[in-house]
Amino acid sequence: MLADKYSTEIDAILAKYPTEHKRSAAMPLLYLAQKEYGHVTRAALQEVADLVGAEPTQVGSLVGFYTLYHDQAEGKLRVQICTDLPCALRGAETFAEQVCQNLGVRLGETTPDGMITVEAVMCLAGCDRAPMFQVQDTDGIHYHENQTVESAMAVIEDLRRKVTHG
Amino acid sequence: MAEHILLRHRDLPGLDRLEVYRKHGGFEPLRQTVTTQTPAQVIDLVKASGLRGRGGAGFPAGVKWSFLTPNVFPRYVVANADESEPGTFKDREILEQNPFQFLEGVAICAYAAQANLAYVYCRGEFWDLAQVLEDKLGEMRAAGFLGKKLFGTDYALDIRVHLGAGAYICGEETALLESLEGKLGQPRLRPPFPAAEGLYGKPTVINNVETLTNLPPIVSRGAAWYRSIGTEKSPGPKVFCLSGHIVRPGNYELPLGTTFRELIYTHGGGIPGGRRLKAIMPAGASSSILAATDAVLDTPMDYESVAALGSALGSASLILMDETVDMAWVVRKTTEFFKHESCGKCTPCREGTYWMLHLSERLTGDGRRPADAALLESVARGMQGKCLCALGEFSTTPVTTALERFRQEFPASAEGSA
Repeated sequence: MLADKYSTEIDAILAKYPTEHKRSAAMPLLYLAQKEYGHVTRAALQEVADLVGAEPTQVGSLVGFYTLYHDQAEGKLRVQICTDLPCALRGAETFAEQVCQNLGVRLGETTPDGMITVEAVMCLAGCDRAPMFQVQDTDGIHYHENQTVESAMAVIEDLRRKVTHG
Repeated sequence: MAEHILLRHRDLPGLDRLEVYRKHGGFEPLRQTVTTQTPAQVIDLVKASGLRGRGGAGFPAGVKWSFLTPNVFPRYVVANADESEPGTFKDREILEQNPFQFLEGVAICAYAAQANLAYVYCRGEFWDLAQVLEDKLGEMRAAGFLGKKLFGTDYALDIRVHLGAGAYICGEETALLESLEGKLGQPRLRPPFPAAEGLYGKPTVINNVETLTNLPPIVSRGAAWYRSIGTEKSPGPKVFCLSGHIVRPGNYELPLGTTFRELIYTHGGGIPGGRRLKAIMPAGASSSILAATDAVLDTPMDYESVAALGSALGSASLILMDETVDMAWVVRKTTEFFKHESCGKCTPCREGTYWMLHLSERLTGDGRRPADAALLESVARGMQGKCLCALGEFSTTPVTTALERFRQEFPASAEGSA
Protein backbone atom coordinates (compact mmCIF):
# COMPACT_ATOMS: atom_id res chain seq x y z
CA MET A 1 0.00 0.00 0.00
CA LEU A 2 1.23 3.47 -0.89
CA ALA A 3 -0.12 4.85 2.37
CA ASP A 4 2.14 2.58 4.43
CA LYS A 5 5.26 2.58 2.34
CA TYR A 6 5.34 6.27 1.39
CA SER A 7 3.66 8.01 4.32
CA THR A 8 6.33 10.74 4.53
CA GLU A 9 6.17 11.47 0.79
CA ILE A 10 2.38 11.47 0.83
CA ASP A 11 2.25 13.89 3.76
CA ALA A 12 4.65 16.21 1.96
CA ILE A 13 2.54 16.08 -1.22
CA LEU A 14 -0.71 16.75 0.63
CA ALA A 15 0.88 19.63 2.56
CA LYS A 16 1.44 21.52 -0.69
CA TYR A 17 -2.28 22.21 -1.09
CA PRO A 18 -4.94 23.74 1.17
CA THR A 19 -6.44 20.97 3.35
CA GLU A 20 -9.90 21.50 1.86
CA HIS A 21 -8.51 21.01 -1.67
CA LYS A 22 -6.77 17.67 -1.35
CA ARG A 23 -7.82 16.64 -4.82
CA SER A 24 -4.99 18.80 -6.17
CA ALA A 25 -2.66 16.10 -4.86
CA ALA A 26 -4.09 13.50 -7.25
CA MET A 27 -1.54 14.22 -9.99
CA PRO A 28 1.61 13.99 -7.84
CA LEU A 29 0.15 10.90 -6.13
CA LEU A 30 -0.37 9.24 -9.52
CA TYR A 31 3.33 9.71 -10.21
CA LEU A 32 4.03 8.05 -6.88
CA ALA A 33 1.74 5.13 -7.78
CA GLN A 34 3.49 4.77 -11.12
CA LYS A 35 6.86 4.71 -9.39
CA GLU A 36 5.70 1.95 -7.07
CA TYR A 37 3.76 -0.28 -9.47
CA GLY A 38 5.44 0.50 -12.81
CA HIS A 39 2.14 1.75 -14.20
CA VAL A 40 -1.12 2.98 -12.70
CA THR A 41 -3.01 -0.17 -11.75
CA ARG A 42 -6.73 -0.32 -11.02
CA ALA A 43 -5.95 -0.89 -7.36
CA ALA A 44 -3.73 2.21 -7.39
CA LEU A 45 -6.63 4.33 -8.68
CA GLN A 46 -8.58 3.36 -5.59
CA GLU A 47 -5.61 4.11 -3.32
CA VAL A 48 -5.08 7.57 -4.81
CA ALA A 49 -8.81 8.27 -4.77
CA ASP A 50 -8.97 7.39 -1.07
CA LEU A 51 -5.99 9.62 -0.27
CA VAL A 52 -7.55 12.69 -1.91
CA GLY A 53 -11.23 12.02 -1.22
CA ALA A 54 -12.24 11.57 -4.86
CA GLU A 55 -13.89 8.78 -6.84
CA PRO A 56 -11.65 6.22 -8.60
CA THR A 57 -13.29 7.13 -11.92
CA GLN A 58 -12.25 10.77 -11.40
CA VAL A 59 -8.67 9.72 -10.81
CA GLY A 60 -8.86 7.25 -13.70
CA SER A 61 -9.89 10.01 -16.08
CA LEU A 62 -6.62 11.79 -15.31
CA VAL A 63 -4.66 8.72 -16.39
CA GLY A 64 -6.48 8.73 -19.72
CA PHE A 65 -6.12 12.48 -20.27
CA TYR A 66 -2.46 13.11 -19.45
CA THR A 67 0.18 11.46 -21.64
CA LEU A 68 2.74 10.81 -18.90
CA TYR A 69 0.51 8.42 -16.96
CA HIS A 70 0.24 4.86 -18.19
CA ASP A 71 -2.34 2.22 -17.34
CA GLN A 72 -0.53 -0.61 -19.13
CA ALA A 73 2.77 -2.27 -18.33
CA GLU A 74 4.96 -1.64 -21.36
CA GLY A 75 8.71 -1.15 -21.65
CA LYS A 76 10.55 -0.30 -18.46
CA LEU A 77 12.09 2.59 -20.39
CA ARG A 78 9.92 4.77 -22.58
CA VAL A 79 12.02 6.46 -25.24
CA GLN A 80 9.92 9.44 -26.30
CA ILE A 81 11.24 11.13 -29.41
CA CYS A 82 9.94 14.55 -30.38
CA THR A 83 8.87 14.52 -34.05
CA ASP A 84 6.92 17.77 -33.93
CA LEU A 85 7.37 20.38 -36.65
CA PRO A 86 10.53 22.21 -35.43
CA CYS A 87 12.32 18.94 -34.66
CA ALA A 88 11.04 17.36 -37.89
CA LEU A 89 12.61 20.25 -39.85
CA ARG A 90 15.92 19.14 -38.34
CA GLY A 91 15.52 15.50 -39.28
CA ALA A 92 13.68 14.07 -36.27
CA GLU A 93 11.35 11.85 -38.32
CA THR A 94 14.26 10.07 -39.99
CA PHE A 95 16.06 9.95 -36.66
CA ALA A 96 13.05 8.28 -35.02
CA GLU A 97 12.79 5.72 -37.86
CA GLN A 98 16.44 4.82 -37.57
CA VAL A 99 16.34 4.46 -33.79
CA CYS A 100 13.35 2.15 -34.26
CA GLN A 101 15.20 0.11 -36.92
CA ASN A 102 18.17 -0.29 -34.62
CA LEU A 103 15.89 -1.56 -31.87
CA GLY A 104 13.87 -3.76 -34.22
CA VAL A 105 10.54 -2.14 -33.40
CA ARG A 106 8.06 0.27 -34.92
CA LEU A 107 6.90 3.47 -33.20
CA GLY A 108 4.64 2.61 -30.29
CA GLU A 109 6.08 -0.89 -29.94
CA THR A 110 8.15 -2.51 -27.20
CA THR A 111 11.33 -4.53 -27.65
CA PRO A 112 10.86 -8.33 -27.18
CA ASP A 113 12.77 -8.23 -23.89
CA GLY A 114 10.12 -5.86 -22.53
CA MET A 115 12.68 -3.17 -21.81
CA ILE A 116 12.14 -0.36 -24.28
CA THR A 117 9.03 1.25 -25.74
CA VAL A 118 9.66 3.83 -28.46
CA GLU A 119 7.11 6.57 -28.91
CA ALA A 120 6.83 9.69 -31.08
CA VAL A 121 5.73 12.60 -28.90
CA MET A 122 4.76 16.23 -29.25
CA CYS A 123 6.99 19.25 -28.56
CA LEU A 124 9.29 18.92 -25.52
CA ALA A 125 10.66 22.50 -25.56
CA GLY A 126 14.01 21.32 -26.89
CA CYS A 127 13.57 22.48 -30.52
CA ASP A 128 16.95 24.23 -30.68
CA ARG A 129 18.71 20.99 -29.76
CA ALA A 130 16.97 18.59 -32.17
CA PRO A 131 17.01 15.70 -32.67
CA MET A 132 16.16 15.07 -29.05
CA PHE A 133 14.23 12.65 -26.88
CA GLN A 134 13.32 12.05 -23.29
CA VAL A 135 13.38 8.79 -21.40
CA GLN A 136 10.58 8.16 -18.94
CA ASP A 137 10.99 5.44 -16.36
CA THR A 138 9.41 4.92 -12.96
CA ASP A 139 11.89 7.35 -11.36
CA GLY A 140 11.22 10.27 -13.63
CA ILE A 141 11.95 11.86 -16.97
CA HIS A 142 15.32 12.85 -18.37
CA TYR A 143 16.23 14.75 -21.55
CA HIS A 144 18.82 13.78 -24.16
CA GLU A 145 19.49 16.53 -26.70
CA ASN A 146 21.61 17.22 -29.79
CA GLN A 147 21.50 13.53 -30.60
CA THR A 148 22.66 11.40 -33.50
CA VAL A 149 21.36 7.87 -34.07
CA GLU A 150 24.71 6.57 -32.73
CA SER A 151 24.66 8.69 -29.56
CA ALA A 152 21.00 7.83 -28.97
CA MET A 153 21.69 4.10 -29.26
CA ALA A 154 24.59 4.47 -26.83
CA VAL A 155 22.31 6.24 -24.32
CA ILE A 156 19.56 3.63 -24.75
CA GLU A 157 21.91 0.62 -24.46
CA ASP A 158 23.54 2.15 -21.40
CA LEU A 159 20.15 2.61 -19.73
CA ARG A 160 19.09 -0.89 -20.77
CA ARG A 161 22.18 -2.33 -19.06
CA LYS A 162 21.51 -0.33 -15.90
CA VAL A 163 17.92 -1.53 -15.70
CA THR A 164 18.85 -5.14 -16.48
CA HIS A 165 21.61 -5.30 -13.89
CA GLY A 166 19.91 -3.09 -11.33
CA MET B 1 21.49 43.62 -26.97
CA ALA B 2 24.57 44.65 -25.05
CA GLU B 3 23.18 43.70 -21.68
CA HIS B 4 20.86 40.79 -20.98
CA ILE B 5 17.98 41.65 -18.69
CA LEU B 6 16.08 38.33 -18.76
CA LEU B 7 18.85 35.95 -19.86
CA ARG B 8 21.13 37.69 -17.37
CA HIS B 9 22.95 34.42 -16.64
CA ARG B 10 24.63 34.82 -20.02
CA ASP B 11 26.50 37.85 -18.65
CA LEU B 12 26.87 36.57 -15.08
CA PRO B 13 27.99 32.94 -14.83
CA GLY B 14 26.67 31.03 -11.82
CA LEU B 15 23.60 33.24 -11.48
CA ASP B 16 21.55 30.14 -10.66
CA ARG B 17 23.33 30.02 -7.28
CA LEU B 18 21.73 32.05 -4.51
CA GLU B 19 24.95 33.71 -3.31
CA VAL B 20 25.82 34.83 -6.85
CA TYR B 21 22.30 36.09 -7.49
CA ARG B 22 22.39 38.05 -4.22
CA LYS B 23 25.84 39.44 -4.97
CA HIS B 24 24.37 40.99 -8.11
CA GLY B 25 21.53 42.69 -6.27
CA GLY B 26 19.18 39.72 -6.10
CA PHE B 27 16.16 39.96 -3.77
CA GLU B 28 16.80 43.66 -3.19
CA PRO B 29 13.81 44.49 -5.46
CA LEU B 30 11.61 42.14 -3.41
CA ARG B 31 12.80 43.63 -0.12
CA GLN B 32 12.22 47.13 -1.42
CA THR B 33 8.75 46.16 -2.68
CA VAL B 34 7.58 44.49 0.51
CA THR B 35 9.05 47.05 2.92
CA THR B 36 8.38 50.35 1.12
CA GLN B 37 5.55 49.86 -1.38
CA THR B 38 1.84 49.23 -1.10
CA PRO B 39 0.38 46.54 -3.39
CA ALA B 40 -1.43 49.29 -5.32
CA GLN B 41 1.87 51.11 -5.89
CA VAL B 42 3.42 47.95 -7.35
CA ILE B 43 0.47 47.51 -9.72
CA ASP B 44 0.79 51.15 -10.78
CA LEU B 45 4.50 50.68 -11.42
CA VAL B 46 3.90 47.62 -13.61
CA LYS B 47 1.12 49.43 -15.46
CA ALA B 48 3.43 52.39 -16.03
CA SER B 49 6.17 50.11 -17.35
CA GLY B 50 3.84 48.89 -20.09
CA LEU B 51 4.92 45.26 -19.51
CA ARG B 52 2.81 42.97 -21.68
CA GLY B 53 2.26 39.27 -21.05
CA ARG B 54 4.94 37.21 -22.75
CA GLY B 55 2.98 33.95 -22.96
CA GLY B 56 1.38 34.86 -26.26
CA ALA B 57 -1.57 37.15 -25.74
CA GLY B 58 0.45 40.29 -24.99
CA PHE B 59 -2.08 41.60 -22.48
CA PRO B 60 -0.74 44.35 -20.17
CA ALA B 61 0.29 42.61 -16.94
CA GLY B 62 -0.51 45.45 -14.53
CA VAL B 63 -3.98 45.84 -16.01
CA LYS B 64 -4.60 42.10 -15.60
CA TRP B 65 -3.66 42.36 -11.92
CA SER B 66 -5.94 45.34 -11.37
CA PHE B 67 -8.95 43.18 -12.32
CA LEU B 68 -8.66 41.15 -9.08
CA THR B 69 -12.00 41.28 -7.26
CA PRO B 70 -11.48 43.64 -4.29
CA ASN B 71 -11.65 42.37 -0.73
CA VAL B 72 -11.96 38.67 -1.58
CA PHE B 73 -9.34 36.44 0.01
CA PRO B 74 -7.40 34.20 -0.12
CA ARG B 75 -5.94 35.05 -3.49
CA TYR B 76 -3.48 33.05 -5.51
CA VAL B 77 -0.71 33.67 -8.00
CA VAL B 78 0.12 30.98 -10.52
CA ALA B 79 3.20 31.04 -12.72
CA ASN B 80 2.59 29.36 -16.05
CA ALA B 81 5.65 27.20 -16.70
CA ASP B 82 3.76 24.79 -18.95
CA GLU B 83 5.86 25.81 -21.94
CA SER B 84 4.61 23.50 -24.72
CA GLU B 85 4.09 25.54 -27.89
CA PRO B 86 6.11 23.89 -30.67
CA GLY B 87 9.14 26.10 -31.28
CA THR B 88 9.15 27.61 -27.78
CA PHE B 89 11.95 26.97 -25.28
CA LYS B 90 12.58 30.38 -23.70
CA ASP B 91 10.99 29.80 -20.30
CA ARG B 92 13.00 26.63 -19.93
CA GLU B 93 16.29 28.54 -20.27
CA ILE B 94 15.14 31.13 -17.72
CA LEU B 95 14.02 28.41 -15.27
CA GLU B 96 17.21 26.41 -15.71
CA GLN B 97 19.73 29.20 -15.59
CA ASN B 98 18.16 32.27 -14.03
CA PRO B 99 15.66 30.67 -11.63
CA PHE B 100 15.95 33.18 -8.79
CA GLN B 101 15.06 36.18 -10.94
CA PHE B 102 11.93 34.32 -12.02
CA LEU B 103 11.06 33.28 -8.45
CA GLU B 104 11.68 36.81 -7.20
CA GLY B 105 9.26 37.97 -9.90
CA VAL B 106 6.66 35.49 -8.65
CA ALA B 107 7.10 36.88 -5.14
CA ILE B 108 6.74 40.51 -6.29
CA CYS B 109 3.60 39.59 -8.23
CA ALA B 110 2.21 37.73 -5.20
CA TYR B 111 2.78 40.78 -2.99
CA ALA B 112 1.05 43.05 -5.53
CA ALA B 113 -1.89 40.62 -5.67
CA GLN B 114 -1.90 40.24 -1.86
CA ALA B 115 -1.60 36.50 -2.26
CA ASN B 116 0.09 34.43 0.43
CA LEU B 117 0.47 31.34 -1.71
CA ALA B 118 1.77 30.98 -5.24
CA TYR B 119 2.17 27.93 -7.44
CA VAL B 120 4.57 27.31 -10.28
CA TYR B 121 2.83 24.99 -12.75
CA CYS B 122 5.61 23.15 -14.61
CA ARG B 123 4.89 20.89 -17.55
CA GLY B 124 5.44 17.25 -16.54
CA GLU B 125 8.37 16.82 -18.90
CA PHE B 126 10.28 19.43 -16.84
CA TRP B 127 10.65 16.75 -14.17
CA ASP B 128 14.31 17.40 -13.42
CA LEU B 129 13.79 21.14 -13.60
CA ALA B 130 10.89 20.99 -11.11
CA GLN B 131 13.19 19.26 -8.63
CA VAL B 132 15.78 22.00 -9.08
CA LEU B 133 13.10 24.64 -8.47
CA GLU B 134 12.04 22.83 -5.28
CA ASP B 135 15.65 23.05 -4.09
CA LYS B 136 15.87 26.75 -4.96
CA LEU B 137 12.64 27.42 -3.05
CA GLY B 138 14.14 25.60 -0.06
CA GLU B 139 17.14 27.94 -0.21
CA MET B 140 14.82 30.94 -0.38
CA ARG B 141 12.92 29.75 2.70
CA ALA B 142 16.19 29.24 4.59
CA ALA B 143 17.39 32.73 3.60
CA GLY B 144 14.12 34.39 4.71
CA PHE B 145 12.89 35.32 1.22
CA LEU B 146 9.80 33.17 1.76
CA GLY B 147 7.87 32.47 4.91
CA LYS B 148 6.03 34.39 7.59
CA LYS B 149 6.85 38.00 8.48
CA LEU B 150 8.79 38.62 5.29
CA PHE B 151 11.51 41.24 5.89
CA GLY B 152 9.97 41.91 9.30
CA THR B 153 6.57 42.92 7.88
CA ASP B 154 3.25 41.16 8.39
CA TYR B 155 3.35 39.77 4.86
CA ALA B 156 3.67 35.97 4.49
CA LEU B 157 4.38 34.08 1.29
CA ASP B 158 5.14 30.59 0.14
CA ILE B 159 5.73 29.35 -3.42
CA ARG B 160 5.16 25.70 -4.39
CA VAL B 161 5.82 23.68 -7.51
CA HIS B 162 3.09 21.63 -9.19
CA LEU B 163 4.05 19.21 -11.93
CA GLY B 164 1.74 18.62 -14.89
CA ALA B 165 1.68 15.34 -16.77
CA GLY B 166 1.77 16.00 -20.49
CA ALA B 167 -1.02 18.14 -21.95
CA TYR B 168 -0.41 21.22 -24.13
CA ILE B 169 -3.85 22.55 -23.30
CA CYS B 170 -2.73 23.21 -19.71
CA GLY B 171 -0.88 26.26 -21.01
CA GLU B 172 -4.34 27.80 -21.45
CA GLU B 173 -4.83 29.54 -18.13
CA THR B 174 -8.21 28.18 -17.10
CA ALA B 175 -7.26 24.63 -18.17
CA LEU B 176 -4.12 25.07 -16.08
CA LEU B 177 -6.25 25.96 -13.06
CA GLU B 178 -8.44 22.90 -13.57
CA SER B 179 -5.32 20.76 -13.76
CA LEU B 180 -3.92 22.34 -10.61
CA GLU B 181 -7.19 21.43 -8.89
CA GLY B 182 -6.58 17.78 -9.79
CA LYS B 183 -8.98 17.64 -12.72
CA LEU B 184 -8.77 17.17 -16.47
CA GLY B 185 -7.04 20.11 -18.09
CA GLN B 186 -10.06 21.48 -19.93
CA PRO B 187 -10.67 25.21 -20.33
CA ARG B 188 -13.45 26.92 -18.41
CA LEU B 189 -16.15 29.05 -19.91
CA ARG B 190 -15.30 32.73 -19.37
CA PRO B 191 -16.39 34.99 -17.77
CA PRO B 192 -15.77 34.69 -14.89
CA PHE B 193 -12.09 35.30 -15.56
CA PRO B 194 -9.44 34.02 -13.13
CA ALA B 195 -9.05 37.48 -11.59
CA ALA B 196 -12.58 37.01 -10.23
CA GLU B 197 -12.81 33.23 -9.88
CA GLY B 198 -9.54 31.42 -10.42
CA LEU B 199 -7.84 28.73 -8.41
CA TYR B 200 -10.33 27.11 -5.99
CA GLY B 201 -12.81 29.78 -7.09
CA LYS B 202 -10.70 32.60 -5.63
CA PRO B 203 -9.22 35.68 -7.32
CA THR B 204 -6.07 34.55 -9.12
CA VAL B 205 -3.32 36.09 -11.22
CA ILE B 206 -1.70 33.85 -13.82
CA ASN B 207 1.38 35.02 -15.68
CA ASN B 208 3.96 33.42 -17.92
CA VAL B 209 7.51 32.73 -16.66
CA GLU B 210 9.12 35.36 -18.90
CA THR B 211 6.56 37.99 -17.88
CA LEU B 212 7.32 37.47 -14.19
CA THR B 213 11.07 37.50 -14.82
CA ASN B 214 10.72 41.11 -16.02
CA LEU B 215 9.51 42.28 -12.60
CA PRO B 216 12.71 42.50 -10.51
CA PRO B 217 14.47 44.76 -13.06
CA ILE B 218 11.33 46.90 -13.43
CA VAL B 219 11.26 47.41 -9.64
CA SER B 220 14.96 48.17 -9.36
CA ARG B 221 15.31 50.38 -12.43
CA GLY B 222 11.88 51.89 -12.88
CA ALA B 223 9.18 52.20 -15.51
CA ALA B 224 10.91 54.94 -17.50
CA TRP B 225 14.04 52.84 -17.94
CA TYR B 226 11.90 49.86 -19.01
CA ARG B 227 10.06 51.97 -21.56
CA SER B 228 13.36 53.11 -23.03
CA ILE B 229 13.69 49.56 -24.42
CA GLY B 230 11.46 48.31 -27.23
CA THR B 231 8.68 50.30 -28.86
CA GLU B 232 6.09 52.65 -27.44
CA LYS B 233 3.28 50.10 -27.45
CA SER B 234 5.46 47.02 -26.92
CA PRO B 235 8.09 48.06 -24.40
CA GLY B 236 10.87 45.99 -22.95
CA PRO B 237 13.12 43.11 -23.92
CA LYS B 238 11.80 39.85 -25.36
CA VAL B 239 13.31 36.42 -25.66
CA PHE B 240 12.91 35.25 -29.25
CA CYS B 241 13.24 31.52 -29.99
CA LEU B 242 14.70 30.44 -33.33
CA SER B 243 14.13 26.89 -34.54
CA GLY B 244 13.80 24.90 -37.75
CA HIS B 245 15.99 25.87 -40.69
CA ILE B 246 18.42 28.30 -39.08
CA VAL B 247 22.19 28.21 -38.70
CA ARG B 248 22.20 29.07 -34.99
CA PRO B 249 18.99 27.89 -33.33
CA GLY B 250 18.41 29.12 -29.80
CA ASN B 251 17.13 31.98 -27.67
CA TYR B 252 17.93 35.61 -28.42
CA GLU B 253 17.07 38.42 -26.05
CA LEU B 254 16.42 41.58 -28.05
CA PRO B 255 14.22 44.64 -27.74
CA LEU B 256 10.67 44.23 -29.00
CA GLY B 257 10.60 45.90 -32.41
CA THR B 258 13.76 44.21 -33.71
CA THR B 259 13.19 43.26 -37.35
CA PHE B 260 12.79 39.69 -38.54
CA ARG B 261 15.81 40.24 -40.78
CA GLU B 262 18.11 41.29 -37.95
CA LEU B 263 17.05 38.36 -35.76
CA ILE B 264 17.27 35.73 -38.48
CA TYR B 265 20.32 36.86 -40.43
CA THR B 266 22.43 38.87 -37.97
CA HIS B 267 21.80 36.88 -34.80
CA GLY B 268 20.64 33.52 -36.11
CA GLY B 269 23.29 33.31 -38.84
CA GLY B 270 20.79 32.90 -41.70
CA ILE B 271 19.51 29.80 -43.43
CA PRO B 272 21.72 26.68 -43.66
CA GLY B 273 23.35 25.91 -47.00
CA GLY B 274 22.63 29.41 -48.28
CA ARG B 275 19.12 28.29 -49.14
CA ARG B 276 16.27 30.72 -49.52
CA LEU B 277 13.99 31.34 -46.54
CA LYS B 278 10.48 30.53 -47.63
CA ALA B 279 8.15 30.81 -44.66
CA ILE B 280 8.08 31.96 -41.05
CA MET B 281 5.79 30.87 -38.26
CA PRO B 282 6.36 33.71 -35.74
CA ALA B 283 4.34 32.21 -32.87
CA GLY B 284 5.11 28.51 -32.98
CA ALA B 285 2.57 26.06 -34.35
CA SER B 286 -0.21 28.51 -33.47
CA SER B 287 0.91 30.93 -36.16
CA SER B 288 -0.53 32.42 -39.23
CA ILE B 289 2.21 31.40 -41.64
CA LEU B 290 4.06 34.29 -43.29
CA ALA B 291 5.75 34.12 -46.67
CA ALA B 292 9.28 35.42 -46.10
CA THR B 293 9.11 38.44 -48.41
CA ASP B 294 11.38 41.47 -48.06
CA ALA B 295 8.46 43.43 -46.62
CA VAL B 296 7.98 40.80 -43.92
CA LEU B 297 11.70 40.56 -43.16
CA ASP B 298 11.91 44.32 -42.66
CA THR B 299 8.95 44.40 -40.27
CA PRO B 300 9.70 45.14 -36.62
CA MET B 301 8.68 42.32 -34.31
CA ASP B 302 6.30 44.00 -31.92
CA TYR B 303 2.72 42.98 -31.23
CA GLU B 304 1.11 45.59 -33.50
CA SER B 305 3.43 45.32 -36.49
CA VAL B 306 3.25 41.52 -36.73
CA ALA B 307 -0.54 41.66 -36.35
CA ALA B 308 -0.63 44.16 -39.23
CA LEU B 309 1.06 41.51 -41.42
CA GLY B 310 -1.87 39.20 -40.83
CA SER B 311 -0.13 37.10 -38.20
CA ALA B 312 0.70 37.43 -34.50
CA LEU B 313 3.89 37.71 -32.49
CA GLY B 314 2.50 35.43 -29.77
CA SER B 315 5.30 33.88 -27.77
CA ALA B 316 7.86 34.99 -30.43
CA SER B 317 8.85 31.43 -31.23
CA LEU B 318 9.97 31.60 -34.82
CA ILE B 319 9.89 28.35 -36.78
CA LEU B 320 11.82 28.95 -40.01
CA MET B 321 11.32 26.97 -43.19
CA ASP B 322 13.53 27.05 -46.26
CA GLU B 323 12.61 26.56 -49.92
CA THR B 324 12.70 22.74 -49.66
CA VAL B 325 9.66 22.60 -47.37
CA ASP B 326 6.31 21.41 -48.67
CA MET B 327 3.58 23.51 -47.10
CA ALA B 328 1.02 20.72 -47.29
CA TRP B 329 3.37 18.68 -45.10
CA VAL B 330 3.62 21.63 -42.66
CA VAL B 331 -0.15 21.73 -42.43
CA ARG B 332 -0.23 18.00 -41.71
CA LYS B 333 2.39 18.39 -38.95
CA THR B 334 0.63 21.26 -37.19
CA THR B 335 -2.72 19.53 -37.56
CA GLU B 336 -1.33 16.31 -36.09
CA PHE B 337 -0.21 18.37 -33.12
CA PHE B 338 -3.53 20.10 -32.51
CA LYS B 339 -5.55 16.92 -33.09
CA HIS B 340 -3.42 15.19 -30.45
CA GLU B 341 -3.66 18.09 -28.01
CA SER B 342 -7.34 18.99 -28.38
CA CYS B 343 -8.86 18.40 -24.95
CA GLY B 344 -12.15 17.14 -26.41
CA LYS B 345 -14.39 19.48 -24.45
CA CYS B 346 -15.89 21.53 -27.29
CA THR B 347 -17.22 19.96 -30.46
CA PRO B 348 -15.78 22.34 -33.10
CA CYS B 349 -12.21 21.67 -31.92
CA ARG B 350 -12.57 17.97 -31.14
CA GLU B 351 -14.25 17.11 -34.44
CA GLY B 352 -12.63 19.85 -36.50
CA THR B 353 -9.05 18.89 -35.68
CA TYR B 354 -9.94 15.24 -36.44
CA TRP B 355 -11.24 16.11 -39.90
CA MET B 356 -8.46 18.59 -40.65
CA LEU B 357 -5.94 15.86 -39.89
CA HIS B 358 -7.80 13.31 -41.97
CA LEU B 359 -7.85 15.69 -44.95
CA SER B 360 -4.27 16.88 -44.59
CA GLU B 361 -3.10 13.27 -44.43
CA ARG B 362 -4.99 12.55 -47.60
CA LEU B 363 -3.52 15.66 -49.26
CA THR B 364 0.01 14.51 -48.48
CA GLY B 365 -0.62 10.83 -49.21
CA ASP B 366 -1.95 8.66 -52.00
CA GLY B 367 -5.70 8.95 -51.74
CA ARG B 368 -5.97 12.61 -52.67
CA ARG B 369 -9.27 13.70 -54.11
CA PRO B 370 -9.82 16.77 -56.30
CA ALA B 371 -11.72 18.84 -53.77
CA ASP B 372 -9.64 18.00 -50.68
CA ALA B 373 -7.91 21.38 -50.34
CA ALA B 374 -11.20 23.22 -50.62
CA LEU B 375 -12.79 20.84 -48.15
CA LEU B 376 -9.91 21.30 -45.70
CA GLU B 377 -10.33 25.05 -45.96
CA SER B 378 -14.06 24.80 -45.37
CA VAL B 379 -13.57 22.67 -42.22
CA ALA B 380 -11.02 25.18 -40.87
CA ARG B 381 -13.23 28.19 -41.63
CA GLY B 382 -16.17 26.40 -40.07
CA MET B 383 -14.27 26.12 -36.78
CA GLN B 384 -13.19 29.75 -36.61
CA GLY B 385 -14.95 31.83 -33.98
CA LYS B 386 -16.70 28.76 -32.55
CA CYS B 387 -14.12 27.10 -30.29
CA LEU B 388 -14.14 27.35 -26.51
CA CYS B 389 -10.50 28.42 -26.29
CA ALA B 390 -7.57 29.59 -28.36
CA LEU B 391 -6.28 26.08 -29.07
CA GLY B 392 -9.12 25.34 -31.45
CA GLU B 393 -8.89 28.75 -33.07
CA PHE B 394 -5.13 28.53 -33.52
CA SER B 395 -5.33 25.04 -34.98
CA THR B 396 -7.01 26.60 -38.02
CA THR B 397 -4.60 29.46 -38.70
CA PRO B 398 -1.67 27.48 -40.15
CA VAL B 399 -4.20 25.70 -42.35
CA THR B 400 -6.02 28.73 -43.71
CA THR B 401 -2.89 30.85 -44.13
CA ALA B 402 -0.96 28.06 -45.88
CA LEU B 403 -3.87 27.59 -48.27
CA GLU B 404 -4.17 31.35 -48.79
CA ARG B 405 -0.53 32.25 -49.16
CA PHE B 406 0.90 29.05 -50.70
CA ARG B 407 -2.09 27.86 -52.71
CA GLN B 408 0.08 26.63 -55.57
CA GLU B 409 1.45 23.95 -53.25
CA PHE B 410 -1.91 22.32 -52.88
CA PRO B 411 -2.27 21.06 -56.46
CA ALA B 412 -5.30 19.21 -57.67
CA SER B 413 -7.24 21.28 -55.24
CA ALA B 414 -10.42 23.09 -56.20
CA GLU B 415 -9.32 22.94 -59.84
CA GLY B 416 -10.28 19.29 -60.04
CA SER B 417 -7.18 17.78 -61.73
CA ALA B 418 -6.51 14.79 -59.48
